[in-house]
Amino acid sequence: MSDNRKTKIKVEDLTLIFGKRKQEALKLLEQGVSKEEILKKTKCTVGVNRASFEIKEGEVFVIMGLSGSGKSTLIRCLNRLNEPTAGKVFFDDHDITRDTNKELLETRRTEMSMVFQKFGLLPHRTILENAGFGLELRGEEKATRDERAKTALETVGLRGYEAQYPAELSGGMQQRVGLARALANDLEVLLMDEAFSALDPLIKSDMQDELLEIQDKLHKTIVFITHDLDEAIKIGDRIAIMKDGVVEQIGTAEDILTNPASEYVEAFVEKVDRKTIITAETLMFKKHTALEVHKDGPKGAVRKMRSIAVDQLPVIDEHKKFLGHVWLQDVLELEKEQEKSIEKVINTNVPSVYRHYTVEEMLPLITGIRHPLAVIEEETGKFLGLVTQTSLIIEATRFEKKEVIKLKEQANEL
Amino acid sequence: MDKLIDLGKYIEQGINVLEESLSGLWGAIDDVISWTVEFLNDTFLAIPFVVIIALVTFGAYYANAGKQAFKKEGFKKGAGLALFVVLGLLLIWAMGYWKEAIQTTTLVIVATIIALLFGIPLGIWAARSNTANAIIRPILDLMQTMPAFVYLIPAIFFFSVGNTPGVIATVIFSLPPAVRLTSLGIRNVPEDVIEAGHAFGATDKQILFKIQLPLAKTTILAGINQVILLALSMVVIASMVGAKGLGAIVYQGIQQNDIAKGFESGLGIVVLAIILDRITQAVAKK
Repeated sequence: MSDNRKTKIKVEDLTLIFGKRKQEALKLLEQGVSKEEILKKTKCTVGVNRASFEIKEGEVFVIMGLSGSGKSTLIRCLNRLNEPTAGKVFFDDHDITRDTNKELLETRRTEMSMVFQKFGLLPHRTILENAGFGLELRGEEKATRDERAKTALETVGLRGYEAQYPAELSGGMQQRVGLARALANDLEVLLMDEAFSALDPLIKSDMQDELLEIQDKLHKTIVFITHDLDEAIKIGDRIAIMKDGVVEQIGTAEDILTNPASEYVEAFVEKVDRKTIITAETLMFKKHTALEVHKDGPKGAVRKMRSIAVDQLPVIDEHKKFLGHVWLQDVLELEKEQEKSIEKVINTNVPSVYRHYTVEEMLPLITGIRHPLAVIEEETGKFLGLVTQTSLIIEATRFEKKEVIKLKEQANEL
Repeated sequence: MDKLIDLGKYIEQGINVLEESLSGLWGAIDDVISWTVEFLNDTFLAIPFVVIIALVTFGAYYANAGKQAFKKEGFKKGAGLALFVVLGLLLIWAMGYWKEAIQTTTLVIVATIIALLFGIPLGIWAARSNTANAIIRPILDLMQTMPAFVYLIPAIFFFSVGNTPGVIATVIFSLPPAVRLTSLGIRNVPEDVIEAGHAFGATDKQILFKIQLPLAKTTILAGINQVILLALSMVVIASMVGAKGLGAIVYQGIQQNDIAKGFESGLGIVVLAIILDRITQAVAKK
């Protein structure tokens, strides 16, 4: 991801403490006293503990954690529905923690809109009026807000429902109204607090797809809260994992899965369906030995294979472009025939993949072939490395060592 | 046994001070209420009773039938109450208590309006501030548990006899549900809707008028229904300080041991109560 994009939201040392003796608790927190100690000493709960991160313009930033991890508290600090105890929140260069009450109203009306887990629709108003509610609060004319609400409703696929009431719509459709209300305000930042958590799994998945589609068109800066790692991975450009008010790790889905920063994160990612996330780039053996077609003759090829104990090797040209594989038995044949070049026996009819291919996409490719998959660069066809069938299968099944041993024992008995 | 604390005496002294220092105010209140009650009485009595019965009947019918008033479904919903209104009001007229029924209704209307004028804002205040709630609630408890007769004494003291002390005592007695149910309705508005309002930059005023009051409407209307019924239940007691109407006839019945009079006027009050209750409930349901 090219990250010379502008920083849209910057959070610095954001801390939120619930309770009466906040300042005392804050001092203890700064001295490094634990959350439990602070609760015991001051009866204050630390909701968010010195969170810092930056969100780029047009990025989908997911904050994920279990209930009680402080993720909802944190997102509410971004529009000060919860008042931060310390720290700063910048929108561009504007520190919203210093806003007076009046300025805050203006900030909420012009900087960001929010989508809620429980929708927060007005039952006595029609869908159209609900979608235009943010504009109404901002003081827009009725004609303007009806027009913009209509456009927003169309964007979320609710054309024709304008005159109905929220109670007449299903949960998924109600949340579309919630999304339309946020989009109608046409602001750069969208805060989504567990926006899809209350929906049925199928509807939820639909809504995620739809959000991604909308995002493709509108390029908002989205802060998305969820407790569902699958959702985080699907939606997020980057993910922040929170525990006990602390941001434990920030990174792309693959960063977090392949390189979990703590046991907590590890426990989390264990259950994830890695097949759709882990890519060829992570799995491949880099700088794998390869044969250069005009340099390595049959003799050299045999020697290289024996030195690393394999019975086939990829072949490249002088520009490192991938050509195919050769097998040991074919090369030995050539050697007998005193051939000088291995060109004849290169098996060129082989699948190769790009570095962003996921395990799920690579698995079908290995049926019926015996050699590893070559990973090549998209533009140049340059050979990058090999993904072996074994690593694909291990990645796809993710059995523990013990489980594999047990399976093997069972298989041997048969 | 001698009294250790003469609490009653302090209250009496306090009321005396109030009466003397604000006598202009009491006079003005008396004038406004008397004038309004008289004016409404005269107006209603100037209209032929048939017209009033027709209007109330149609109102009751429409309150139930709503937009389907001229369709079969609407007729099914509205016909029952409409029939009851016609028969009930004709019965009151036929028993010879039309004028008294009008006077009672006027008293209830004026008392209800005053009670709501104070009750709803107090309810809003109690919903928005826990301190206000802590102060208002025990006062409401006191107002509801204090025997209603007790209110008559200061009412007479400030306004002598007539309709005004009756109205004032009725207002005090019927005010609590307006406060309580307004407060309850607002406090029961789901937090997520309020939060959504705040997130989109709503001012306190916008939160109140665009979110809280509309969503609390049903509960507030239930409160208004309660206020009306409590006001009606006060009419007999109010007649003891000179308020006119069916209550006064019941009171005469008691004093003269006149079973016929007592029964007829009592029945009249019941008819009025049912009509007012059913109409306001139908309005609240919408």
